Amino acid sequence: MFKKYAFALTIIMVMVLSACGPAATTAPPAVVATEPPAVVATEPPAVVATEPPVVAGPAVKELTILWAQWSPADYLQQIGALYEQATGIKVTVVQEPWGSFGDRFNVAMAAGGTEWDMVVGDSQWIGQGATAGYYVDLTDFMKANGIDKSVTPATLQYYGEYPTGSGKYYGFPTEGDADGWAYRKDLFEDPANMAAFKTKYGYDLAVPTTWAQLMDIAKFFTKPDKSMNGVAIYTQKDYDAITMGFENVMFSYGAKWQNPDNTVEGVVNSQASIDALQYYRDLYDCCQAPGLNNAFYTETNDAFIGGQVAMTMNYFAFFPALANPSTNPFADVTGYFANPAGPTGVRKAALGGQGLSVISFVSPERQQAALDFIKWFAQEDIQAKWAALGGYTCNANVLKTEAFLKATPYNPAFSETMTFVMDFWNIPTYAALLTPSQNYLSAFVVGGQGTAKEALDSIAAEQTTALKSDGVIP
Amino acid sequence: MSASESEFKSPSTKVRQRHLSNSAIVNLFIWPTLLLLIMMNVFPLFYSLYLGFTNYSAIAQKAPVWVAFQNFSNILNDKNLWQYFATTGRYALMSVSLQVLVGFGLAMLVREKFKGGGILTTLILIPMMISPVVVGLFWKLMYNPTFGFFNALLGFSDPSRSPDWLASRLAGQPVPGLALFAVVIVDVWMWAPFVMLLVLSGLKAIPDYLYEAAAVDRASSWFQFWRITLPQVAPLLLIAVLFRTIEAFKSFDLVMGMTGGGPGVQTELISVDLYRIAFLGQFRTGMGSALAYIILIIIIAISNLYIKYLNQSKGEG
Repeated sequence: MFKKYAFALTIIMVMVLSACGPAATTAPPAVVATEPPAVVATEPPAVVATEPPVVAGPAVKELTILWAQWSPADYLQQIGALYEQATGIKVTVVQEPWGSFGDRFNVAMAAGGTEWDMVVGDSQWIGQGATAGYYVDLTDFMKANGIDKSVTPATLQYYGEYPTGSGKYYGFPTEGDADGWAYRKDLFEDPANMAAFKTKYGYDLAVPTTWAQLMDIAKFFTKPDKSMNGVAIYTQKDYDAITMGFENVMFSYGAKWQNPDNTVEGVVNSQASIDALQYYRDLYDCCQAPGLNNAFYTETNDAFIGGQVAMTMNYFAFFPALANPSTNPFADVTGYFANPAGPTGVRKAALGGQGLSVISFVSPERQQAALDFIKWFAQEDIQAKWAALGGYTCNANVLKTEAFLKATPYNPAFSETMTFVMDFWNIPTYAALLTPSQNYLSAFVVGGQGTAKEALDSIAAEQTTALKSDGVIP
Repeated sequence: MSASESEFKSPSTKVRQRHLSNSAIVNLFIWPTLLLLIMMNVFPLFYSLYLGFTNYSAIAQKAPVWVAFQNFSNILNDKNLWQYFATTGRYALMSVSLQVLVGFGLAMLVREKFKGGGILTTLILIPMMISPVVVGLFWKLMYNPTFGFFNALLGFSDPSRSPDWLASRLAGQPVPGLALFAVVIVDVWMWAPFVMLLVLSGLKAIPDYLYEAAAVDRASSWFQFWRITLPQVAPLLLIAVLFRTIEAFKSFDLVMGMTGGGPGVQTELISVDLYRIAFLGQFRTGMGSALAYIILIIIIAISNLYIKYLNQSKGEG
């Protein structure tokens, strides 16, 4: 009995000593990262395409690409079949469910895995991939082959470049994506609705060109007695959805996540950001379909398909389901538009999408074979085929072609959007920066707690702590 | 074995004994499982304890660096984590208390034999057989203010005036804690049958002569319950409480399926936060290991309290 109590007492003393020990920071609140996952956002180690020395193997007969399990991966597999016809090299796209995609990739890379030659990784991974040495430096390759000039500047920056503005590339922009809107054309074009809207708001009911107009339209269509609501917007707290949803308004209001020196105080919680957050909360309060308190792409699409909302926010990657009459009974009357402008005329959209990167752990022969594939894939005619299959090309010329614009009803909005995308952080610390954003945005928007200023002040404080802990800022 | 016994052994027995002894056979059956247990349970247990004292990240491709008690200090000085501990404590208290009440009540209802009793008991047990993720997902639909069954059952017909349980709102106004209570309801729905099973087995073991003697002495129903039923069932009830409390501290799938820890951090249980720290892009393996051990110590402490009371109640019995 004495030994038991002695052991318990020892544990308690250890815990008390730990609690009284020096904290990593004196500035509350503190969610401290004591072990930075990788080097800070400065020059990463160069792992260039010609880097030796792994034992050279036989001629490459097959390439594997890891991607998330969804339709674009199926389209890429079809592209791979074309490559096999052209070169005899088989391309296999290994698909992993979204929920475990990141974990599977990171764990494999931590072990120096060579099971895949390439990965179509999330834009937020590029910092980790570059600094941890997972990705081959594609800078010289892309510049030498003009690939960097073939894609839109915004997509090159966010899907391929690290650090931002450095001119160093680690990914080929493959699957462009961003947030856009789907809307019920039949409701918008109904004469009774048009007349009533004009009477109430003094201007014509049409696709909104400003966020203020979007709010008016959302309120107009919110009729609980008819089980109709104005909007379905992102509110999911699990990973990053509510942050991504809020970004659409935040960026359009002229706010941003950081200064060029990566400081956030006064930037994240700027007046523009506060106004944007208040707008997002007001939109949720007045016009969000009830029950969508933890909504991401599935829930917002379902609300639209179920006839509950007049407009829905979603990534363009998920609009094929809305354009398909077998899944959406309103497919024939569904229209699409890009994000409207903020109060100062700025139009921005939250970036989604992924870039294709070469894994540095595979042999030089396989790396070269992967580069050959990317070079072939980046050609304009191949990118046009990629777009025709359903892939979201980032090729600047293809995005402007009539064939692309007419291929699907949402392509015009997509093409327009890809010229003004902006992203969250993409440095290795991004996950620690995402956590306070998700917590406080969810608490304010969904939970109705506190004020916009308090929420953003808290986000700024916790993000500052995380950035200091990782040495990103002094 | 004596020399005389050996002399009288048949040749075939002597041949068999050269192959495998009893102890060898025992080892052959036990050791593969033991080795697997050591590799999959014991080694990770001690290795993660070591990692708790390092700054290791599973994806950083760097060897662990010893940081002593820094991780533990950071955790214990982090007010957010204390908030999550408090939320988990509230969740455990509410959930386990309600499970005991409901489970005990169900056991009292089905203890007597009646027509259809077997089928009814089976139906009551179904919730705990369903995957927690599936339960979370369909309860999310049931809580929907527009088309969900739950609000309709409570008599709410106007979605704009009914509770949005998982958003902690009522008629659009914030009601902090409502989402946590909603998760508790689901947990009770799912696991009260487990408590019912344990209590039922205890009830069936109570000798009838105790009640007969009490009836002879004109003891009231309440007296019989308080002085006979409850003390006799107490040990099993405490076991149920012990298991459910441990499970409450580990609760993850229900919360992630229904709220993701939101709105805000209202349903952010400590296991959910542990998942975020150890995975979900952060991969702070050392910090996560330290937090896991703190949770383990808390669970052991609480379990020891329960076991102490359990032993006391058995002693009194």
